[in-house]
Amino acid sequence: MNAPVLEIDDLTVDFHMPEGVGCAVDHLSLTVENGETIGLVGESGCGKSMTALSILGLIPQPFGKVRFGSIRYAGENLLTAHSERLRRIRGSEIAMIFQEPMTSLNPVLTIGRQVAEPLMEHKGLNKTDAYAEALAWLEHVKLPAAREQLSQYPHQLSGGMRQRVMIAMAMVCRPRLLIADEPTTALDVTIQSQILSLMMGLKEELGMGILLITHDLGVVAQMARRVVVMYAGQVMEEADVEILFEQPFHPYTQGLMQSIPRGLKDDRGRKIRLNEIPGNVLPITEKVGGCKFSTRCPSVFETCINHHPSLKTISGGHRVRCWLLDDPDRRR
Amino acid sequence: MSRYFLKKLITLIILLFFVSLTVFSILFVLPGDPAQIILGLNASAETLANLRAELGLDQPFWTQYTDWIFGLIAGKSGNSINYGVPVTELIRSSLSVTGPMAVMAIFFAVMLAIPLGIYAATHHNRPGDVTVMFFSQLGLATPEFWLGILFILLFAVQWGIFPAGGFPGWDVSVWGSLKALILPAVALGAIRASILVRLTRSAMLDVLGEDYIRTAYAKGLKRRTVVYVHGLKNALVPVLTILGLQLGQLLAGAIIIENVYYLPGLGRLVFQAIGQRDLPVVREVVLFMAAAVVVVNYLVDFAYAAVDPRFKLQ
Ligand SMILES: Nc1ncnc2c1ncn2[C@@H]1O[C@H](COP(=O)(O)OP(=O)(O)OP(=O)(O)O)[C@@H](O)[C@H]1O
Ligand SMILES: [Mg+2]
Repeated sequence: MNAPVLEIDDLTVDFHMPEGVGCAVDHLSLTVENGETIGLVGESGCGKSMTALSILGLIPQPFGKVRFGSIRYAGENLLTAHSERLRRIRGSEIAMIFQEPMTSLNPVLTIGRQVAEPLMEHKGLNKTDAYAEALAWLEHVKLPAAREQLSQYPHQLSGGMRQRVMIAMAMVCRPRLLIADEPTTALDVTIQSQILSLMMGLKEELGMGILLITHDLGVVAQMARRVVVMYAGQVMEEADVEILFEQPFHPYTQGLMQSIPRGLKDDRGRKIRLNEIPGNVLPITEKVGGCKFSTRCPSVFETCINHHPSLKTISGGHRVRCWLLDDPDRRR
Repeated sequence: MSRYFLKKLITLIILLFFVSLTVFSILFVLPGDPAQIILGLNASAETLANLRAELGLDQPFWTQYTDWIFGLIAGKSGNSINYGVPVTELIRSSLSVTGPMAVMAIFFAVMLAIPLGIYAATHHNRPGDVTVMFFSQLGLATPEFWLGILFILLFAVQWGIFPAGGFPGWDVSVWGSLKALILPAVALGAIRASILVRLTRSAMLDVLGEDYIRTAYAKGLKRRTVVYVHGLKNALVPVLTILGLQLGQLLAGAIIIENVYYLPGLGRLVFQAIGQRDLPVVREVVLFMAAAVVVVNYLVDFAYAAVDPRFKLQ
């Protein structure tokens, strides 16, 4: 059998800041099989982006450091890979789409150049061929008036168009794994669903795996086969998407479910979220003895505060990190 | 875009008008009678009065000012009291010294500061960065004339590689003239470079923290491409701005350095003219220098548009 396209094992990422050491990703494990979409969800600041960035060795310097764990791409450990090898993988075998298409595209380089760049870098195409291929991809992602956009600059495009450009840029080298970090968060709802279905289509076409990062469970329900729920750098619950939506176990997952926006939009067309989980995510420099969610959990009891729960399997592929597993009557 | 530049052009003209008024007023109230200086202390009151009438110095302020300005607009430059030739002629000949020197100084400053600034930014807080910043601090604290004298002591007196001063003239010896300008240009440029290197560094530090730099790395581009193409092009706008502004300081520095090196340039011209109360020369050279600074900054705006596509929209 083929090795999974991505296998993260016990990944631990620290930030060594002047105000103290913080743990942004805490012994996180997850697997993306070939051609599979995994959703990585969690509130803002729980370490989703740091997980994604550590895959490509792009954790913010000089503070960020991978302390522990391994990240395997098709069996090859990226954390110990030579930097030149890692560079060769970036953009050609593993591509990444970022949240803010405005700031993630270079304002002073043309769309054509930015989309063609990976082809020239990794496939050795000359400028003419690379631009032709870039144009084909821009048309493929349904960028309106693609040919004219080649010589345009990012500020001349709308948010949705820019995200299409980002996607084309990620796709040109036909990667085996796409890491999409909140690809639609900055977009309004109609554009959002267009972009999501575009990504689904491309996934089928190229057979690539997707690690889809979002804090929107609605997006995950639409896209992913499996979901990993993250809090404070840790996996809190992991399950196939149907199971997670039908029988969410962790109080945190349930809280996230209740805050899924249901069709309501504000005057700018963005979804309104209801029932946010009360309390705030603790700063990563804060040390918590027991369960990291215990400070906000509605069902918290003594064990939660004093002992750290481990991730346990409750049924095939459904894993949960919660003391309620041992003491279900305590749930409120 | 053309409307933008038209607006700038009008600002430029108004600005030059105010510069002319300021220069004129200062020279008007400044003590020292040009007629007295020309004729010497023993001149009789009558000859003095005659000469003052001849030079128009007996006229009221506004008459003198408007005569001058309308003369300039009509293309009539004043005559130097001292040399008896039109000031434009003096400007032309001294510009052939100051112009190349300024260009060489800017070129030297840019070639030194931009690579060093990028190096410092990419080695942020490491020994290389600290070293560059140390020398930049040293440069900021060094007066031009001191550096000029130091260069003379080292390169002219000690090693005899360059002349200690003077200027043979381009028609006499191109190489000799060039050689005469190298030390003063490097002295001038080194001081500019110490400011420019800081600016390049901080602009690059800002840019290298941007999202699109992370995108560029995520695409698997080489570090060199990321820094010099994706980064530098974005950092160039603030660098260009300061580069334009530095021309003014460069011309001010030229006054000093041309005196250190005995160069017959604009700076020395205006310096001597002030001492001799050669008013037509002083005010027209100052106005010319101001115009040069303003026009260069105006041109910098065109350079922005070439570097940053967003600029065209504003
Ligand atoms: N450059 C940095 N320096 C220090 N700490 C950082 C830095 N970037 C992120 N962190 C810390 O790492 C933690 C995880 O951040 P991360 O960006 O992965 O969160 P996220 O889940 O992606 O959130 P969001 O939904 O807001 O994007 C945060 O709590 C933050 O405090
Ligand atoms: Mg994030």
